[in-house]
Amino acid sequence: MSVQIKTVDLTPKRQTFAHVARRLGGDKPATRYQEATLDLQATENFHYKPLWEPQFWQYDTRKTAVVMADWYKPLDPRQYYYGSYNIARANMQSAGERNFTFVEERGLLATISDAERARVTSLLLPVRHLHWGSNMNMAEICQRGYGTAVTAPCIFSAGDQLGMAQIVSRIGLALDGQTGACLAAAKQGWMSNPAWQGVRQMIEDTLVQRDWFELFTAQVLGVNEVVLKLVYGALEQAFPESGLALAMLTGFMADWAADETRWSDAVLKTVAAESEANKALISGWAERWIARAVTAAEPLSAALLGDHGAAARAAGDAARGHGRKLGLAL
Amino acid sequence: MTAKKLSLKQRYEFLTRDLDWEPSYQSADDIYPYDKFEGIKIKDWSGWEDPFRLTMDSYWKFQAEKERKLYAVIDAFAQNNGQTGVSDGRYINVLKVFLTGISPEEYQAHRGFAFTGRHLRGAGTRVACQMQSLDELRHVQTQIHTISHYNKYFDGMSEFPIQHDRVFYLSVPKSFFDDARTAGPFEFMVAVGFAFEYVLTNLLFVPFMSGAAYNGDMSTVTFGFSAQSDESRHMTLGIEVIKFLLEQHPDNLPIVQRWVDKWFWRGFRLLGIVAAMMDYMLPKKVMSWKEAWDIYFVEAGGALFQDLARYGLKMPKYADIATEAGEHISHQNWGLFYQLCHVAGFHAWMPDAEHLDWLSAKYPNTFDKYYRPRFEMWAKQEKEGKRFFFNGLPQLCSCCQLPMLYTEPGDPTKTCFRSSVFKGTRYHFCSDGCKDIFDGEPEKYVQSWLPVNQIFQGNCGGATVPEVLDWYKINVGVDNGDYVGSPDEALWNAWTAQRFSEAS
Amino acid sequence: MMTQLASITLMRNDDARPIIDAIMADNPDVCVLNMPGAVKLDCDGRLRVNRASVEERMGRAWSPQEIQLVLVSMAGNLEEDDDQFTLSWHK
Repeated sequence: MSVQIKTVDLTPKRQTFAHVARRLGGDKPATRYQEATLDLQATENFHYKPLWEPQFWQYDTRKTAVVMADWYKPLDPRQYYYGSYNIARANMQSAGERNFTFVEERGLLATISDAERARVTSLLLPVRHLHWGSNMNMAEICQRGYGTAVTAPCIFSAGDQLGMAQIVSRIGLALDGQTGACLAAAKQGWMSNPAWQGVRQMIEDTLVQRDWFELFTAQVLGVNEVVLKLVYGALEQAFPESGLALAMLTGFMADWAADETRWSDAVLKTVAAESEANKALISGWAERWIARAVTAAEPLSAALLGDHGAAARAAGDAARGHGRKLGLAL
Repeated sequence: MTAKKLSLKQRYEFLTRDLDWEPSYQSADDIYPYDKFEGIKIKDWSGWEDPFRLTMDSYWKFQAEKERKLYAVIDAFAQNNGQTGVSDGRYINVLKVFLTGISPEEYQAHRGFAFTGRHLRGAGTRVACQMQSLDELRHVQTQIHTISHYNKYFDGMSEFPIQHDRVFYLSVPKSFFDDARTAGPFEFMVAVGFAFEYVLTNLLFVPFMSGAAYNGDMSTVTFGFSAQSDESRHMTLGIEVIKFLLEQHPDNLPIVQRWVDKWFWRGFRLLGIVAAMMDYMLPKKVMSWKEAWDIYFVEAGGALFQDLARYGLKMPKYADIATEAGEHISHQNWGLFYQLCHVAGFHAWMPDAEHLDWLSAKYPNTFDKYYRPRFEMWAKQEKEGKRFFFNGLPQLCSCCQLPMLYTEPGDPTKTCFRSSVFKGTRYHFCSDGCKDIFDGEPEKYVQSWLPVNQIFQGNCGGATVPEVLDWYKINVGVDNGDYVGSPDEALWNAWTAQRFSEAS
Repeated sequence: MMTQLASITLMRNDDARPIIDAIMADNPDVCVLNMPGAVKLDCDGRLRVNRASVEERMGRAWSPQEIQLVLVSMAGNLEEDDDQFTLSWHK
């Protein structure tokens, strides 16, 4: 028996949207990332100047001093759109959730000495506030930045920073049987403990930064590369009784840092490579904010590791080396 | 020491607003420079009630689950060529209007909620706004991914971002969201969070998406309802904002009332486009626009404003006019689309006899009296080869930017014209609602990028219609004009013919 | 005064069915409007979803927050805790 398969003619008229095809250099199949990102933000014929900032349009390339001929050049190598981002984070988080169960079931944080608990409270828990400030910065870059290629990953990053602030907060709640006492003490430390004041001052200073690409540089190379790396890299050494458990519970942060850096590196590298002027601006910002971060983190490093700030300075050197690999003059 | 365990609510507070601190190295007014100029008085941000107690871990978990389900449907739809199974080729035109007119506004909402999610001083409020910013990005991206498959076969969708910035009728939704985005953060919250999300979007997503399901568009109904599942958070945020502002200080009431009045009317005008989509573009109908208006505005909105009366907030001004216009607006807008589709990126048509009878039954007070005769006349002219097009450039309302075609309240035979003079120039409006809005902020609305004026000023590619359409990236003879005779129709007919020949 | 309907609209699918059934069992005055793809459930003044009732029908643990996965729309002020999800208007 022969079966004749009749097929309806379903040859597509086009493979993708015209604006995407122009960027791909022809009508060919595009990825979900490309279709959900390219040229999504409005660019012209705006109706009204913002009441809150009438010198600019709501989307305006002049909100940073760096200049790009095309803000869709700094693409996300992870190719995140909303769906793929959330699925990636849900997977990362479910691993973290198992670690929380493991640590809680074995009472790994409940059984530590009062001295260790006090140390974790004063030297780790306040970092949740740094994540919170970082969350505000990434939301700011999302609202103030130009072009979906850069701004969409920023709201993802803002969500990540909030998520990490919440992981640290859960550690705080696990330390004292869910009473909130450790978190309250940690907040006092964030406000007044000399070990944290440099960090707090630095993050407050970023919160008034109006050039969004300078803010991006400060957040990525200063806060993420120096301060967060220092804190999460010091856990096992700084907290002898609980360091291993803490490292497990903050596994999300290590996964996140690797993921985030792939993207933020691509952005910095592409924007700096656009012109000598961009490179000079970003290098200057990087120099300044890495130096700020090192000064801010020295007392924290000393308190965590008893190293007179050596780890903070080493993190600063590493950040400068990192920046140089991205093409910055540091 | 035996301290008490935290309640769920307290725990959530520790995981969100307790992250915030009182800055001392920088002043709070420098960190939040935009939340005072509107005159809203907040005595105590801690009075904010967190509407949905969702932490990021749960957010990722739930949203990832929704996305896995949604993309499974989108993939299956593409693999099975679901586009061949919709009720009729005409149906695709709703997706064209949706992608060019609505999806870009989801994007605007995403950036707007990032703005309020950074710049409102209350930490609980910021967290809720940031989640909404993420959700709105989800909505625009899932809409693009769903409609992407249709774009491969049908015309009129492939240039949606540039058309949103340029095409004359798309300045209606664009100016709406530009208006909200350029307002202060509190007004944005009332405009989008309350007036749009709570009071009006049900009309867009519930009956309309149910219509998509009824017309065989499984991928669109899936994104529509999946987007609506986020709306539960958005609606609770919208209503919480209103309650919070009204509870904080009595001086806020007149400001909030003015915003509610303004954004209700702007939203009503914008949704008139959806009214035409529902009554005319869905080949199979779920309910009429009027029925949807009665359920979702008269009934649900009525219950809401009855509830808010305890704060002194009244029903939006001109709500009665809008309800009366509910008998007319879809017909008037469809007439407009029909007359202007030669310069639009989608197709129009005259309803067939069965459709006309449905409209007569659904609109017993108005359709036979005012609209049926006109539509029958146009259909007759079409048969005689004298298809009627409006060949000038319509005058646009200086507020909502729709052509001035709406009729006087109480007299559907008379076109409504209003005007105001500001700094020696006269501005024209389609209604009292639009005139009031302009008069409230003339400095803002005189800036409007009115497409017709821009064409006259030579800013739209040239002085002739073909030059302007080229600048709009409307592919003449393909994207525009009547459905009958379009490449879309030819394709649809070919598919249908093949299906029948296989069946026989 | 017109009636104030507390209302919830859920997707019509297998995940939502136990929730719809629980609402119909626990809110005797509920009025049901069937639409393609969705179900709208209205109650005068107050509508309650009980965790225990849903769990009984679902045969597993269920958190009221999970309702978000199938929720299409709602009307009323929301109160949610570990045991219930309630929509109501102030009387």
